[in-house]
Amino acid sequence: MLIVLVKSAVLLLVVITTFAYAMLFERKILGWMQLRPGPNRVGPWGLLQPAADAAKLILKEDLTPKTADPLIYRLAPFISLLTAFAVYAIVPFGANGDGSPWAIGDVNAGILFLMAISSIGVYGISLGGWASGSKFPLLGAVRGTAQMISYELSMSLSFVGVLMLAGTTSLTGIVNAQERMWFLIPQALGFIIYVITAVAETNRTPFDLVEAETELVGGFHTEYSGLRFGSFFIAEYVNMLTVSCIATLLFMGGWNAPFGLTMLPGVAWFVLKVGAFMFFYMWLRATLPRFRYDRLMTFGWKVLLPIATLNLVATAAWVALH
Amino acid sequence: MRKHLFNVGAILQGLGITFKYMFVRRPTIEYPSIKKQHAPRFHGLHELRRYADGKERCIGCELCSSACPANAITVIGAENAPDARVSPGERHAASYEIDELRCIFCGLCEEACPTDAIVLTPRFEMADYRRGAFVYSKDRLLVPSDAGVGTPPDERPNGIPADLGRVAEVKSTMNVDRGYSATHRGEVLKTERKGLAG
Repeated sequence: MLIVLVKSAVLLLVVITTFAYAMLFERKILGWMQLRPGPNRVGPWGLLQPAADAAKLILKEDLTPKTADPLIYRLAPFISLLTAFAVYAIVPFGANGDGSPWAIGDVNAGILFLMAISSIGVYGISLGGWASGSKFPLLGAVRGTAQMISYELSMSLSFVGVLMLAGTTSLTGIVNAQERMWFLIPQALGFIIYVITAVAETNRTPFDLVEAETELVGGFHTEYSGLRFGSFFIAEYVNMLTVSCIATLLFMGGWNAPFGLTMLPGVAWFVLKVGAFMFFYMWLRATLPRFRYDRLMTFGWKVLLPIATLNLVATAAWVALH
Repeated sequence: MRKHLFNVGAILQGLGITFKYMFVRRPTIEYPSIKKQHAPRFHGLHELRRYADGKERCIGCELCSSACPANAITVIGAENAPDARVSPGERHAASYEIDELRCIFCGLCEEACPTDAIVLTPRFEMADYRRGAFVYSKDRLLVPSDAGVGTPPDERPNGIPADLGRVAEVKSTMNVDRGYSATHRGEVLKTERKGLAG
């Protein structure tokens, strides 16, 4: 029990620090890609920027609109935050010599837990937008709900391909099944689908219609300020980290070293792969403009879902024949 | 389907462009700590010059004041006392005020001055929180008596006075020897010589 608590506390610290510096690196990378230096005023190379941001958010006034439903309005950021962190209860980061994973809990239906938790995460956004009692947040919340439901479908289908190849729903088992070959290769189509849907799941550019600054001011978090806004912000970045971890675990071999390069420990490879995926995310944000909403839905239902189904059927046939 | 495939190509191309730009030299000059090099005859804050013997050049003729299109200059002349001359001639400026908020930095005062007394320096950082602080009188305009004679208008130093700080070494900005460089996407397109540079 105590060990689990200590593990949780350490992991929470690690995830929050990663979030803070992911934000800094995102701003740096966006800056570089736009020929700007990025944040560099606070501390050497801007390294104290996350601390300055946190201090600013804590000191801001916490506003609740008159029209808001006070209880749900206050609850929503915590739902987002809680679900974002809850996933890390089962995410394994590496393995000991005897094959037991470095995780708080080794759940044998890990991937189902992941999918369940990430579905609950939508409630933070839709309740927050609805309870604000204001039109832009409501529009953002409606968009968020529709978008996340339609993209979660294709995402789950892309998981199923991996599950069939690995023959297990345990995340450790899936990583161990990739010892010889990453699922990235046999499940290339599934990986592409996963990458696209993951961007939509975390509401980031080019699928950030839930926030859509140019149309909806800030979408679901328009009325939020101070630390409540900060909670949504943390949740978004932690979700980004989560989908990067899932991509690493399911498609990029987890902590298995590629090409037999075992001089680095497994955890280092895991961190490198997650980092590469996070970079890709920021890179996408610097490159692509926001989708139009109807095109987003068309793309989700008429392109992604059929392709994901096709991939699933093809994988099933292949597994059955071997 | 064909159209969708082309879109994928466009996305990849876009990703390539943004990735390439991560390594392109940034044109940003981090201003307060690094300053951009000015054009050689930049019009900045005024300065009232002296002769080598320490006497003021200004003779209180008010030509600058009447040349000023913005009515920014107010000069009140006075006779020189024979035993304590302020300027070599008969008269001097008892009071000389420039309202830098009105000033349009056109340099006509400089051209009107018969004794080259009023000149424009490259100094440009005059910001202040009080409006009154923008009315510069002789105590701030006049070159201090221990600081030489001031800069002749045609021999003005290029760029920023040494005491103002670090000057950016940026290819895309003004280079005194090469003239003004037109730039596009970090490349120098052509170099033009303008004014009296070089």
